[in-house]
Amino acid sequence: MEIIEAKGLSKVFVLKDGKQVTALGGIDLSVPEGQLTALVGPDGAGKTTLMRLVCGLMTKTDGSLQVAGLDVTQRPQAVQDLLSYMPQKFGLYEDLTVQENLDLYADLHGVTQDTRQQRFRHLLEMTELAPFTERLAGKLSGGMKQKLGLACTLVRSPRLLLLDEPTVGVDPLSRRELWQILQQLVREERLSVLVSTAYMEEAARCEKVYVLNHGHFLKGGTPAKLREVAAGMCYKVTPPEGMPLRSLQSRLLAEKSVIDAVPSGGVVRFITRGNPVELKPLARLSLTAEAIEPRLEDGFMTLLKEDVQEQGGPAVQTAAASSGQMGTFSERSRVAAPVEIEVHDLVRRFGDFTAVSHTSFSVHRGEVFGLLGPNGAGKTTTFRMLCGLLPATSGKISVAGVNLRTARIEARAKVGYVAQKFSLYSSLSVYENLRFFGGAYGLYGAHLYARIQAVLREFHLQDVADHAAGSLPGGYKQRLSMAAALIHKPEILFLDEPTSGIDPLARRTFWQKITALSERGTTIIITTHFMEEAEYCDRFMIQDHGRMLVLGSPEEIRQRMRLPDATMDDIFVAIVEQARSEAEKDSKAKGAVS
Amino acid sequence: MTSGFWRRLLALMRKETRELLRDNSSLALGVVLPLVLILIIGYGMSLDVKQVPTAVVLEDSSPFARQAVHFTQGSEYFAPVFVSSLADGEAMMRRHEVDAMLVVPSDFSARFAEGRAELQVILNGTEATTAMSAQGYFEAGILTWAAGEGARRGAHAGGIAIESRIWFNDANTSTWFYVPGILMLVLTISGVFLTSVVMAREWERGTFESLFVTPMKILELVLSKTIPYFVIAMLGMVLCLIVGRVLYDLPMRGSLALILGESMLYLIVALTIGLVISALTKNQFLACHVSLMISFLPSVVLSGFLFDLHAEPAAIRVVSSLIPTTYYLELMKSLFLSGNYWPLIARDTAILLGFALFFLGWAFHMTRKKVEP
Repeated sequence: MEIIEAKGLSKVFVLKDGKQVTALGGIDLSVPEGQLTALVGPDGAGKTTLMRLVCGLMTKTDGSLQVAGLDVTQRPQAVQDLLSYMPQKFGLYEDLTVQENLDLYADLHGVTQDTRQQRFRHLLEMTELAPFTERLAGKLSGGMKQKLGLACTLVRSPRLLLLDEPTVGVDPLSRRELWQILQQLVREERLSVLVSTAYMEEAARCEKVYVLNHGHFLKGGTPAKLREVAAGMCYKVTPPEGMPLRSLQSRLLAEKSVIDAVPSGGVVRFITRGNPVELKPLARLSLTAEAIEPRLEDGFMTLLKEDVQEQGGPAVQTAAASSGQMGTFSERSRVAAPVEIEVHDLVRRFGDFTAVSHTSFSVHRGEVFGLLGPNGAGKTTTFRMLCGLLPATSGKISVAGVNLRTARIEARAKVGYVAQKFSLYSSLSVYENLRFFGGAYGLYGAHLYARIQAVLREFHLQDVADHAAGSLPGGYKQRLSMAAALIHKPEILFLDEPTSGIDPLARRTFWQKITALSERGTTIIITTHFMEEAEYCDRFMIQDHGRMLVLGSPEEIRQRMRLPDATMDDIFVAIVEQARSEAEKDSKAKGAVS
Repeated sequence: MTSGFWRRLLALMRKETRELLRDNSSLALGVVLPLVLILIIGYGMSLDVKQVPTAVVLEDSSPFARQAVHFTQGSEYFAPVFVSSLADGEAMMRRHEVDAMLVVPSDFSARFAEGRAELQVILNGTEATTAMSAQGYFEAGILTWAAGEGARRGAHAGGIAIESRIWFNDANTSTWFYVPGILMLVLTISGVFLTSVVMAREWERGTFESLFVTPMKILELVLSKTIPYFVIAMLGMVLCLIVGRVLYDLPMRGSLALILGESMLYLIVALTIGLVISALTKNQFLACHVSLMISFLPSVVLSGFLFDLHAEPAAIRVVSSLIPTTYYLELMKSLFLSGNYWPLIARDTAILLGFALFFLGWAFHMTRKKVEP
């Protein structure tokens, strides 16, 4: 029995200027009852549009769509009565408490008082929100908000549950807990779930996975079937001593026959259609690759890559990486390089809320340093203090040898900054933006002109130099932001969440660029909520609730935690659990004393 | 089915009221702001002009003529200086010693007997506001005298043709004139601003997307949004009414029931305009600006609140006639300062009802359980 059945379903948006955008171009979907089905695909693939069509919040342009045998267009209310939907930005009322939010949705769904008590107890227990029922929803952490959102959609037992990216930016521990809840629900209540996600390890937990790109399904089937796509093409290779993983990864990615390469757990994993022995970077370094089993992500990347090539889109890797542009990786230990940024006992409070608590670290020249953590961990606050955009409550920061408290202007001339949101002028052209930012950094005349040409070339923006910045697609905007930040050749580059909201292929190109910059000696500080991106960093720090949990290189941290093969998500979970159990021991010890 | 309606409506209203009480800005906008406005306008912004320096030119110095301009003496509105020639008066005007001249021509007494007397009022146009107020005072003073004189003589007093527009505001206190306007402002701000912003906030925060897939109906949503703000706005309006009565002895010549009833009707118009704006913009910032531009500013500038509509060019009067506020204000002024004038009440009520139905229909047409961009 299929709970959702779509045939040739399409959705076309007509923009104000009369242009038409095809969000979904005739897809066939069948979601089985009583199972978990995942929808994966890059941002802008049409996942949210599909979800909204299924729950009747949008009207289809063409095709047929039935939920439990009911036509969604004709009977939207009947369909809505049997499903629950958790949008990406779940609508919690932040001025209402946890209990009041639950009550509101229970009242709207007409849940009777006696079933309600039992249901609430069950939901609160499952989400571990029971101690916080009187707290305002706005004062919950990101993970708790997601869990409350899920609880609100589950105040009654729906037949179908739709979840739109329920775990984006949520910490790995909460993400795991959320998935345990989902699997429990499917087991206990035979719930049918359609969930969209950007995390492949989550999709791998589902019975069926659909891969969506540019409004079309590339493939649908069991995770095993999708893994098969990359079967016999996956390898791993260990770089020589002293070579950063990202340098080898970047070189592999520049090869035509390589579909994908990522640093992972001390090795570089890559997918190639050819024979790995023929790969130049491996031959030059006389490395041998070892064949490995494909993961779901490998299948996904292979499908995406094939689609891009079929569509005649730009061949992504070649963009950044004619290897002539790359510098050489330095073999000396980065820790021996001079210290570029020194942070000592940094604290930032907003009222009685401590956003960053007693944080100390240093960054060496030419290092790629990552600030990792879930949304709300204090990354952006730390970052803004480093850039001199926000004064610290206490503590010392020096950037490029300049004390930020006394000489912010001098320090700023040495840094470039890429903000999380696109913060260039949308109505100015690419060229005008660059000229403006060059001028703002004090460049002029022939030198300014030369620098503009150089960054246009470096970031492949020559063709769009006359286009208004606001009209460019996401990947171009991000490259333009980088170009503007690098126009004055800063020694240090700050990047705030540069990889959120861009598709996986563009993320690879982005890291290639970062690798090239670091090989030329630029110091790079980067924040991200993708834990696995720690693998690209020389050293990184994980923050949570304003506290620094851990600091070191990926390898060091794996050794320290005695988890040699663990993913970064596993490490985060292990660290948080360890910190919690220590806190518990402490409080018990205190209890014993008093 | 009906029990579901009430249950959901109550749940939504409970939620709305909690949000409203926890977010102090709505209460401030709905209750505190009106009180501040009424106090400022009552005590600070009174447009009354007092002690206008005036040259009274007595070319006719007969006792009869002196009697005609006697009203300028002993009045708090004038500070008169008596001169006997036009030239002296003009000189004083040039030196800015006086802002106004009241000229009694040499043949005033004779012509008054014939019923065609003329008095000349000359005002300093550089002080437009003072001049306009002073003109009003002169006209009122002269007319009062002429009426009295005519009655005494038993003759027709048409000899002095001066039209005064300030009929019902006996004491000529501008505060009285403005209180109905403030009531109008309170209802407009609470109605249009609060509703459009709270609806837009839900679009912006994505909370509608979650609400729309519940069994909730659009009618329930619209009612739950309007009822709490209706209460807040009426609270603010009643407070203003009490303050106006206690502090400024605002007369209430018409019935209180009519005043409240018409206010509720106007409030419904304002709330539905707010709903339409929010459904069109779906963005708090935009909703705020659109409310300001299409409801608040016209209410202040074009409704007759600040400027007398009779003095406006025809084109502006056409625009004014398209704004519901104009009719409400006309009603309120009439109800407060003159009394229950039924033809006007019937006409304006019908017009306001028409506006309410129009915007209500539009609001329902625009607000759908869909999230199409």
